[in-house]
Amino acid sequence: MTQFNVDKSKKLALQIRLETLKELANLGFGHVGGSMSVCETLAVLYGGAMRYDPAHPDWEDRDYLVVSKGHAGPAVYAALALSGFFSLDLLKTLNAAGTHLPSHCDRTLTTGVDMTTGSLGQGLSAALGMALAQRIDNRDSYTFAIVGDGEFQEGQNWEAVMTAGQMKLGNLIMFFDYNKVQMNGRVADINDQANIEQRMRSFGWHVQLVNGHDVEQIGQAVERAKREPRLPSCIVLDTIKGYGCEYALSQPICHSLPMPLEKVQADIDRLEAEIRAMERGGKA
Amino acid sequence: MSYTVIYDGTKDTVDMRDHFLNTLVDVMDKDPRVVVGDADMNITLCNINRLWELRRQYGDRFFDTGIQEANLVGMAAGLSVAGKIPFIHAFSQFLSRRAYDQVYLSLSYAKLNARLFGSDPGYIAGYNGGTHTSLEDVGILRCIPGMTIIDVTDSTMLEWIIRDTLDYHGIIYTRFPRKVKMFKVYGADSQFQLGKANVLREGKDATIFSSGVMVAKAMAAAEILAQEGLDVGVVDVFTIKPLDEECVLRCARETHAIVSCENHRCINGQASAIADTLAHSGIPVAYECVGVGDRFGEVGSIDYLEKAYNLTLERICEQTRKAIGQKKSL
Repeated sequence: MTQFNVDKSKKLALQIRLETLKELANLGFGHVGGSMSVCETLAVLYGGAMRYDPAHPDWEDRDYLVVSKGHAGPAVYAALALSGFFSLDLLKTLNAAGTHLPSHCDRTLTTGVDMTTGSLGQGLSAALGMALAQRIDNRDSYTFAIVGDGEFQEGQNWEAVMTAGQMKLGNLIMFFDYNKVQMNGRVADINDQANIEQRMRSFGWHVQLVNGHDVEQIGQAVERAKREPRLPSCIVLDTIKGYGCEYALSQPICHSLPMPLEKVQADIDRLEAEIRAMERGGKA
Repeated sequence: MSYTVIYDGTKDTVDMRDHFLNTLVDVMDKDPRVVVGDADMNITLCNINRLWELRRQYGDRFFDTGIQEANLVGMAAGLSVAGKIPFIHAFSQFLSRRAYDQVYLSLSYAKLNARLFGSDPGYIAGYNGGTHTSLEDVGILRCIPGMTIIDVTDSTMLEWIIRDTLDYHGIIYTRFPRKVKMFKVYGADSQFQLGKANVLREGKDATIFSSGVMVAKAMAAAEILAQEGLDVGVVDVFTIKPLDEECVLRCARETHAIVSCENHRCINGQASAIADTLAHSGIPVAYECVGVGDRFGEVGSIDYLEKAYNLTLERICEQTRKAIGQKKSL
């Protein structure tokens, strides 16, 4: 079984956050809030919890990942580049004409992206299909999905949740990014997801709540989910939208923001210093 | 591609649903990539014992989401990512109207591979009524780039689509009637080509482009018109998208009178597709349509609805005579 590495994942989370901010600053705007909230989860997955081979991105026995909140694309691209799927230089082409890195995830354009997402609410169904195919073929691989809390207002998710429970898709592990903010304000004020754990349990899912910015907790939750082969797993990530980017956190709503370099530079400098300190400490 | 035309007004002895299921099971046995997904449509089409027997036999390869067209299409996308060829069955109106964005984004935009079967299109909805009537499925789905849209002519063609398109990568939407014994048009070993219309009958005075359940009617209309001294050709334009534009233009040049005939609204359906081609051609041509106007469906017997929607043999004759008459003023 694939094992994640805590120190490697901690450093990778900082690197993903740094490279994502650089991508967005280079572009001048973008979906910073929801990208920042999933950096630790991506770091755990690409830091060892997920089975993949950048030299063979279409490897049949890999784990699949569907980032259903497709607007987190910039963070996914940073994770893929840092994991060897393509060069870090490519990150400068986010949203550029003819790019391989569009604002929302696109399986036809980006090496390592398993599913096209962006029309919110559709990714989880695709993840169910992948998990079902793995089960049909008796593969020992997993399908991971990352969904947003605002996104879960879309009804199709609940069709998929119901069906995964009915089918007992134990090889499906869904991360629920509970960052509590959507474009129009607080999720709680619009269409609340506060009782997500209870809801998911009632549909027959194995549910865990973790600090979504603690790689150790996330990694342990994935290991526990893998030890639950009869039920689909939901890992609720208690996160902060914009986490790790002081500029984003200073804004009332940070779903998508102008990202001028002068506003983001202090965050970039701080993250670079944290990574250097971690390297000096010999922990990664 | 080679096909034989055997149309003589004889009907099949077996419902389309039986052809559908038997062929599907056959390809499931032969190709492990094939998986079948249903949305509580009883894909065995009314044989509940057979349904559960197949579910036991094929397990996850023969799955049912319950009444969830959107999730079913999304799951098909994931199955395709993982190398499967999903065959999905739902009512034509819900597969197109309800699950449009899923077909658009999760399947088509993502360049995945699936076979979508929409049953009981147009007036075949019969007693299910206006809520269940799809007079727009072709029009809706035609807007999706790269989509292949087929209106099935007979059981030979339905079996060909299921059995012989497995190596095609893309989305094929096929509309077909379930509980109907269709007129036999093609010989048993006929082969077809996606995007290539079939010329069933040559004619010098006009050409009727027809699809689906309207093909046999067009053949019968051509016979009636022949008795009036009119030499009318019939083309089965079963692949409404991609349209065989070359065939449309060749016939326009030869007969200068084209009639489009479809079990669908004329708006954005086959009639619009052919009109687009003709309008850009510069060929002087009279053009008439047989199709449903700007109206919703309603409830009734298939025989009643055929008349209510103006999709009759008589209407085809009338519109063809009209097109031929208009040639004088070209």
